[in-house]
Amino acid sequence: MAPPRHRGRGFSRRIQYGLFFGYVAAAMGVVAGVALVLIARFDPLAFEGIRGLALDATTPVTAVTRPIVRGGGSLAGEIGGYFNAVSENRTLHARLANAQRDLIQARVLAFENARLKRTLHLVGDQTVPIVAARIVGSDLSGTRRFATLAAGTADGVATGQPVRAADGLVGRIAEVGSHAARIILLTDGGSAVPLRVVRTGEAALGEGRGDGALEIHSTTVGGPGFQRGDLLVTSGVGGVYPPDIPVGVVTGTSGEIATARPLAEPAKLDFALVLPQVAAPPPVEAPAGRKH
Amino acid sequence: MSIIESDLLGQPSAWRLQALPIVSTMIGSCVGLLPFIATAPVIPPFGLLMALGWRLLRPELWAAWMALPLGLADDLITGTPPGTAMTLWTIIFLGLDLVDSRPMWRDHWLDWWIASVSILFCAVGQWAIGYFVSGGGALWPIIPPTMLAILCFPPIARLCAALDRWRLAK
Repeated sequence: MAPPRHRGRGFSRRIQYGLFFGYVAAAMGVVAGVALVLIARFDPLAFEGIRGLALDATTPVTAVTRPIVRGGGSLAGEIGGYFNAVSENRTLHARLANAQRDLIQARVLAFENARLKRTLHLVGDQTVPIVAARIVGSDLSGTRRFATLAAGTADGVATGQPVRAADGLVGRIAEVGSHAARIILLTDGGSAVPLRVVRTGEAALGEGRGDGALEIHSTTVGGPGFQRGDLLVTSGVGGVYPPDIPVGVVTGTSGEIATARPLAEPAKLDFALVLPQVAAPPPVEAPAGRKH
Repeated sequence: MSIIESDLLGQPSAWRLQALPIVSTMIGSCVGLLPFIATAPVIPPFGLLMALGWRLLRPELWAAWMALPLGLADDLITGTPPGTAMTLWTIIFLGLDLVDSRPMWRDHWLDWWIASVSILFCAVGQWAIGYFVSGGGALWPIIPPTMLAILCFPPIARLCAALDRWRLAK
């Protein structure tokens, strides 16, 4: 194929001027785009209004088609379930018997726990969720990991609030529209959660890797370390996430760092609870230097 | 030839001529809204693919500045920091104008190469801007969707060609 006859070829003044001003507009647009990125970097809430509006406008598309996709996704699993029904049935019976015993034990412990807390006059672990809402979709193509929640400022949702599902912590609110909000998932590269290992009580920090897993760093020196299968819960340090929400299970360790799988798998979520942000005391003032 | 004749003789509506490429590109951006919830990036950026498909098929259709509103729409729909696609797409369109100004033989393979370089540039640029704005994680998770996007370009180019036929038909 011959080279394309480009619009630049020609002697018409008008076309040439038009082309020139087109390039000037494009170059100025690039500068404006860079300025927008810089504003987003240094003032993250600058575009909240217009982005909230866009979020409200695009959420219905997702909300309507979501049940269809969920149905299609679970169909394959249900057909596969018939093939090993018998063996699965036996395993489940055995597991159920175990679970019954554990449940009774857990009820006894819960009662004892409540009694002890009452004797100690311990307060501050009651969190009443702000709203329960449907998770309608997520951004599939970007490098960040977001999910969209069908509740916004009209329901009392605000930026920074933690979000949990029945299985565990999901993430926190990143942006709010009036009827929709964007959740930054735990697995996003920009997310970090203070954690506690249930087995040892060791403090840890869970950072998203952007590929569906969490990277767990120990924050204590010479601690007992992580093991495969360790359960991780929020520690409540720092005051964003309430304590003792299950977060993930350690799937592999390498030295001081472990990888974990989040317990609340976002692909299977339908409803999530938005929790109030736990109030944190204001940070202590930095010590003043010696004055000359 | 038949395309050019029909363009001259029958007059398709101005709306169809001008708006179809824009609307189809914005629908491409909306594909990312499909209600799957993913913990890793999986879907290629169809908005960018559609924009590239139209731009390479019809160099005279859009001026370089057309990437600004299209990119802004993509940013708002997909929730990337505003200005990301706006900047990257416009730089790509300016680069394509530069490529077009060199007299060389063009065929489908060369177009694919050009599109691949553009897609790669956009993927790395998007990651870098995301990292700059709010901390983005490792680079390697963007490799599979980028490869997929490069493989998706030929079918998208065919789709653009089919839409173009309908656009210019009587």
